[in-house]
Amino acid sequence: MSEAVLTDSGDVLPGGGDGVVADFSADKQTFQVPWGKAMMWFFLLSDTFIFGCFLTSYMTVRMSARDAWPVPSEVFALSFGGDPIPLILIAIMTFILISSSGTMALAVNMGYRGERKKAFWLMMATAAFGVMFVSMQAFEWTKLIVDEGVRLWSNPMGAAQFGATFFMITGFHGLHVSVGVIYLIVTGLRVRSGYYDRTRGNYEMVEITGLYWHFVDLVWVFIFAFFYLW
Amino acid sequence: MAQESGQQHPLSIYFWIWGLLFVLSFFSYMVDYMNFQGGVRWALILLFMFLKAGLIVSIFMHLAWERKALKVAILLPPLALLVLVLLMTYEADYTFATRIDFFGEGAPATPVHHP
Repeated sequence: MSEAVLTDSGDVLPGGGDGVVADFSADKQTFQVPWGKAMMWFFLLSDTFIFGCFLTSYMTVRMSARDAWPVPSEVFALSFGGDPIPLILIAIMTFILISSSGTMALAVNMGYRGERKKAFWLMMATAAFGVMFVSMQAFEWTKLIVDEGVRLWSNPMGAAQFGATFFMITGFHGLHVSVGVIYLIVTGLRVRSGYYDRTRGNYEMVEITGLYWHFVDLVWVFIFAFFYLW
Repeated sequence: MAQESGQQHPLSIYFWIWGLLFVLSFFSYMVDYMNFQGGVRWALILLFMFLKAGLIVSIFMHLAWERKALKVAILLPPLALLVLVLLMTYEADYTFATRIDFFGEGAPATPVHHP
């Protein structure tokens, strides 16, 4: 985006690369976005640090573990009658979350076009994908706890720290998905009822909800890479 | 102000990125399925991870179309985490060495029993 910034006093400040200086020094609001969107970005930034610290702790714990780390490819394999297929459930969960990100992006677009019905149904589809994701996670946890005896403090496969980091990281992510589903349903119902036409006259709330949802998908990209694949 | 009216882009770009994310996820899964090991594995994991993260943040979260002030405010601070990662690498190496010193070598991984 490179258009110029018009200050209250009528000065025109440069856009583009130099726009950073202009935006931060323009004696007016710095970020040229609705405040709700700026605040969601800052919340997500703080959440980035939370997940960043979790993943860094996981790295530290895994590097310093004396016993060999359980092989995720084997631990999360699933057998449908035949030989176990490595990581198959996690792969399906990844595809589900990406699908949900796609429907969310379309919902944001439909919201701005004023197509309330389509935006509502796309958001419900996103929430449904979210519920599927959390359900599969519940299945995964049950399998690990009941069938394979993984605990926070020990597991039969190797380094004892595996359970603590796994349940902490995926649990916190699953909590985010669950909260996101509630958030989507609340915003979705308001979209359907025309609430945003009456209160704001625009559908930036759908985009803000979308930011949160895409972030949840983003975090999964990192968890998938570092916890399941590494 | 253009941004006040919200982010409106043609639908085709979302379908493109959606498809790309599927393909990249399939590739990351293949890294495990094809059983790549060592440096190649880590490089491929990181490559696909950053490509996916970049597409989600820039297109789906519309950061590519925001003004630079917001981009800088969002993307620069997380780099501080790299410092933490570096520090914790030293810490972890030290803890590991101390443990080997006191307790000797650890047990190898036990194969998983699939019921």
